[in-house]
Amino acid sequence: MAAETDLKKDAPIGPAKAGGEAGLAKVIVITSGKGGVGKTTTSAAFAAGLALRGHKTVVIDFDVGLRNLDLVMGCERRVVFDFINVINGDANLNQALIKDKRHDNLFIFPTSQTRDKNALKREGVERVMEELKQQFEYIICDSPAGIEHGAITALYFADSAIIVTNPEVSSVRDSDRIIGILASRSRRAERNEPPVDVHLLLTRYDPARVAKGEMLAVEDVKEILSIPLLGVIPESESVLRASNTGTPVVFDENSPAGRAYVDAVARFLGEQREMRFVQPERRSFFKAIFGRA
Amino acid sequence: MAGFFRSLFQPRHSSASIAKERLKIVLAHERAGRNAPDFLPMLQKELLAVVGRYVEMSDDMIRVTLANSGDISSLEINIEIEGAKLKTPSGPALNAAV
Repeated sequence: MAAETDLKKDAPIGPAKAGGEAGLAKVIVITSGKGGVGKTTTSAAFAAGLALRGHKTVVIDFDVGLRNLDLVMGCERRVVFDFINVINGDANLNQALIKDKRHDNLFIFPTSQTRDKNALKREGVERVMEELKQQFEYIICDSPAGIEHGAITALYFADSAIIVTNPEVSSVRDSDRIIGILASRSRRAERNEPPVDVHLLLTRYDPARVAKGEMLAVEDVKEILSIPLLGVIPESESVLRASNTGTPVVFDENSPAGRAYVDAVARFLGEQREMRFVQPERRSFFKAIFGRA
Repeated sequence: MAGFFRSLFQPRHSSASIAKERLKIVLAHERAGRNAPDFLPMLQKELLAVVGRYVEMSDDMIRVTLANSGDISSLEINIEIEGAKLKTPSGPALNAAV
């Protein structure tokens, strides 16, 4: 409840100023190793959440050849130029950036559908990143699955990383692997700078199954991966509904997942918020009789 | 407290607790491998050279691994010489029986 009021209160009047001048632009990679755990959903939700909090934010699709962020963000018909076009100098940045229709602070940078996986040259990406830092406060990098070139490029420039994990053995193992790669192969690691700060985001969480001992509990995953917890996103029908309609789930104020993302964004910005949606929902007498409301 | 109640009402070998144990073991192993020092291949090569002065050796007869379990790290060197020919400075080569 507090989240919604905060949302409105913090929504800015005009576009926020870029972090570039102050050198405060922050690069956040959304990564997981494993596929299908919710990286793109999280990228869309997190970028929209930061925009709603008044921060000028761009979300970049690093999944070359398998473009999907545009669909999840609902701007698939507005893509003209892409990341690779800008890297190759065929278009300039502002021709490729798509301004979100729902929020002035939110921009989408789509990737290319080329089959050449190595089209993301590191020098080119670095140049584009520097340019983006002049315009934006937050740069969200939606990583592809795996630990190949695309995933490494997505995490290379990161200041922060959000490790999207499902409470399931293969996802936890792959998250551990990606945490190791962040510690050894990111630019911060190569330059001996302070390490990338990593955050755990547990998605598709089902408190009822956890209570029955059928699913790893949030404490278990936290203990195994030993990184700080940013949030728990409950399994929710609203996530599929959001992607069906191309709307980041944070725009759905009735969605538990959307509210959990709003909380996670607030925590990322340094606020203290209690974890919600980690206890099984008490079924009311009314609901028990009439089924789902 | 919640954890206490959970353990009280949950079957002891719930699939979630099996998952947790399996993950702990496999990750302990993988993290150890990830942080393995890079001197291991060199050590293996030099050991091969030294032992090879006395016994005829091939590359696959030596294995060097570093294992971590809890607080203890152990360097395990496995040299297989069964059936290998001894190299002696004088006299004919003998079959090593180990």
